[in-house]
Amino acid sequence: MLKVNDLEVSYGAIKALKGITFEVKSGEIVTLIGANGAGKSTTLRTISGLLKAKRGQIFYKGDEITNREPNEIVAMGIVQIPEGRRTFPDLTVRENLELGAWTIKSRKVINDKLEGVYELFPRLKERRGQLAGTLSGGEQQMLAVGRALMAEANLVLLDEPSMGLAPVLVDEIFEVIERINKEGRTILLVEQNAEMALQIANYAYVLEVGNIVFEGEAKTVAQDPKIKAAYLGA
Amino acid sequence: MSGIFNFQQVINSIQLGSIYALIAIGYTLVYGIVKLVNFAHGDFYMLGAYVAYFTAMFEISRKDQPNVIIILLISMSTGALVAFLSNRIAYRPLRYKPRLSALITAIGVSLFLEYTSSAMPFIGPSFRPFPDVIQTKQFHIGGAVLTNYQIINVAIAVTLMVVLTYIIKYTRVGMAMRASSQDKDALKLMGVNLEKIIDFTFIIGGSLAGAAGLLAGITYPRINPYMGIIPGLKAFIAAVLGGIGNVTGAMLGAFIIGFAETFGYAINSVIGEGIAYAILIIVLIFLPQGLLGKKTGEKV
Ligand SMILES: Nc1ncnc2c1ncn2[C@@H]1O[C@H](COP(=O)(O)OP(=O)(O)O)[C@@H](O)[C@H]1O
Ligand SMILES: [Mg+2]
Repeated sequence: MLKVNDLEVSYGAIKALKGITFEVKSGEIVTLIGANGAGKSTTLRTISGLLKAKRGQIFYKGDEITNREPNEIVAMGIVQIPEGRRTFPDLTVRENLELGAWTIKSRKVINDKLEGVYELFPRLKERRGQLAGTLSGGEQQMLAVGRALMAEANLVLLDEPSMGLAPVLVDEIFEVIERINKEGRTILLVEQNAEMALQIANYAYVLEVGNIVFEGEAKTVAQDPKIKAAYLGA
Repeated sequence: MSGIFNFQQVINSIQLGSIYALIAIGYTLVYGIVKLVNFAHGDFYMLGAYVAYFTAMFEISRKDQPNVIIILLISMSTGALVAFLSNRIAYRPLRYKPRLSALITAIGVSLFLEYTSSAMPFIGPSFRPFPDVIQTKQFHIGGAVLTNYQIINVAIAVTLMVVLTYIIKYTRVGMAMRASSQDKDALKLMGVNLEKIIDFTFIIGGSLAGAAGLLAGITYPRINPYMGIIPGLKAFIAAVLGGIGNVTGAMLGAFIIGFAETFGYAINSVIGEGIAYAILIIVLIFLPQGLLGKKTGEKV
């Protein structure tokens, strides 16, 4: 579904990605794990078109999307839940969700999706008139997920959804991710929390300072002694 | 009613404030989304006044009764078009360049519009009397005189402000405008084409400035190519006073300036207006973010 080939991205003189190649198969949960500063967010931001690639290509469903504008990429069905939630603090919960459906024109479809999100997160329904900036961290993460579900997306990119959340909430968010996946969306999950990510993923890539240094079935990666030592605290 | 604080001054203040408000909204909208102080904004107002003038003269020359609504729409379209083109030609190429370059460019656009207008033989540098688009009627309320021009002025301004508030609060594009001043990358991730939202913002701001040009023409009936400088500056002050980026703040600031100026002048025609602005400086010292602006640095 998504193929990234020899992708290189820099910030000025700093090379953040040094030619990475990976693939996300339709229907799967693929995780990209790595320490802080490895280049995980850079990867997702480049797929979404927020950053320009210096070299390499990105293909989505066979079409090259390298360096297209973010709005075109969303319209093609790739949606991202960015690091740090990035909800609009001075907009209400409901307005945040409505913006998530920007590419959808039909009012009826939008309303149906809104109901779907409220069903998944009843808490958001309770707080629909409240400003997003007043929500707790966990609620904001739900809003960020809900907002992405408002789009007509087949591929969901998640950037560290567990960051800054209490363990109970992390479990909850990962359950939601699995559920979204079962409903038919393909997931590319970026995480520092390798343990959780490897539990729900089918396939995993390990990123270290701009290079993919390891890949394999998530179960295999979780068993690898080197990975265990470096990322699983064992 | 007598003395300085009479009803006449209130009428005049509201009328002046409503013109400042229409201009100030454009400053604040554009600043909110692209962080640019668009110094050419007062010139959109000036061009709105000229186009209103020409349209009115044309209608009068055909012995038609000038239609204020048609003139208004033409002025607004002119303001919108010039604002749109300024953005596309001058500001957009500098979008991700140092802030100062865009600011200097805005001053350049402003001077360009002023000098070019005054060089045009059909505009020229000198004052022109704005024609009567309707017959003046006066209403006496207590000791105050209210003209039908003032009523039209305030009615149009208030209607436009209500429509604008509706657009910003309740439409999708209005939502995107608000979101864009909060987090541009997140907005792009929603599939929003940010440049289209910026175009729309300039169009809205420009059209309101164009409308203000017509209103100034009919109520202070002398226009010239430099007429936008001072009202533009004052509207900018109003936007900052209200809290730049905040539309309600811009309107509030504009009316406060309208009142401060009118009453300052009535109290003392020599230094009254100066004192009004001194008060504004003091307000900003204590409320640097403006009356309704967000305190910076409170975000966690
Ligand atoms: N806006 C930026 N400007 C300069 N360097 C950046 C910027 N964003 C990230 N980097 C650098 O790029 C590298 C990868 O960052 P990032 O993709 O955010 O890592 P991760 O998401 O894995 O923590 C880091 O060395 C980081 O310092
Ligand atoms: Mg990151």
